[in-house]
Amino acid sequence: MSRTVPFAVLASRVRTDEKALFAAFDRRAIGCQHIDSRGWWHQLGDRGPRPIVLNREIGLARATYAARALEAAGATVVNSARATELCGDKWRTSAALVEAGIPTPRTALALTPEAALTALDTIGYPAVIKPLHGSWGRLIAALPDRPTAETILEYAAALPAPQARIVYVQEWIAKPGRDIRVVVVGGEAVAATYRRAEDWRTNVARGAVSELCPLTPDLAKLAVLAAQAVAADIAGVDLIEDETGELLVLEVNHGVEFSGLQQALGDTVSVADRIVDHLVDGARSCCA
Amino acid sequence: MVTCPECENSVVPAGPPVIGEIVECGECASELEILTLDPIRAALAPEIEEDWGE
Repeated sequence: MSRTVPFAVLASRVRTDEKALFAAFDRRAIGCQHIDSRGWWHQLGDRGPRPIVLNREIGLARATYAARALEAAGATVVNSARATELCGDKWRTSAALVEAGIPTPRTALALTPEAALTALDTIGYPAVIKPLHGSWGRLIAALPDRPTAETILEYAAALPAPQARIVYVQEWIAKPGRDIRVVVVGGEAVAATYRRAEDWRTNVARGAVSELCPLTPDLAKLAVLAAQAVAADIAGVDLIEDETGELLVLEVNHGVEFSGLQQALGDTVSVADRIVDHLVDGARSCCA
Repeated sequence: MVTCPECENSVVPAGPPVIGEIVECGECASELEILTLDPIRAALAPEIEEDWGE
């Protein structure tokens, strides 16, 4: 590197993942500043050092605005503000996936709960509705039939936030009790896990168990393409298998949590090390 | 080792503690945030917010 590039990790919570990332920087004797986003602010026009910032902020609003502000100050933010915005919005993610020709379940956007009922009649039952923003499987509802949809959407119609009344509708995919999480770093699929659960929502945050999944060339390629579709440099790509075994991309996570995957991987691959190596390589190439 | 402010259980972080680290109390399952290292001190971690996730 022709100049020293400071590294920083933006995070309001230091979870196992962030601790592993800090340890990976330490192992390389590379300094890394922890920016606690709860105390961070930025005045437009201020331009100091141009760090490479790994955005690990857990709150979507803070992550998005911090990325925008840091980029305005000349920093390189991973993932970029654009990627964070795309991944943070399920509809925008789905639109980007479809635009890129990536297989994904049939999805519709309804601007009112009433319109959602019409959309559901077309998509068919069972179906799923999801909030535009949110993670960990929260507030995702399975709709087996129209009466259930009418009940759930009546609640949605009573929500005070206008955005909460916009409904993301998706066809139900009868997945085999598991989904697949692939971690992509710098355009390369690092590892994959099955996430198995009794519940139809196979989120680790809801108790799903991670098991190693063979990273086949097809799976790796699809995950990398999905990450590229939403401009995500580091991503957790979630896929499901339909009844025929075809892989469909459900969503792409910009702030991938990898402790479950790391546990399944054991010592074979260190996700934190791969992320830090990628950041260091990026610093070398941008400053050579 | 930190003392859980909720149940006074002793909680041992995995590896060297870090400021801001989230640890879970094995007794009452409260999430704690490490605030200081010398002396080591923790408080209840902030509640999960609506837009949190990955």
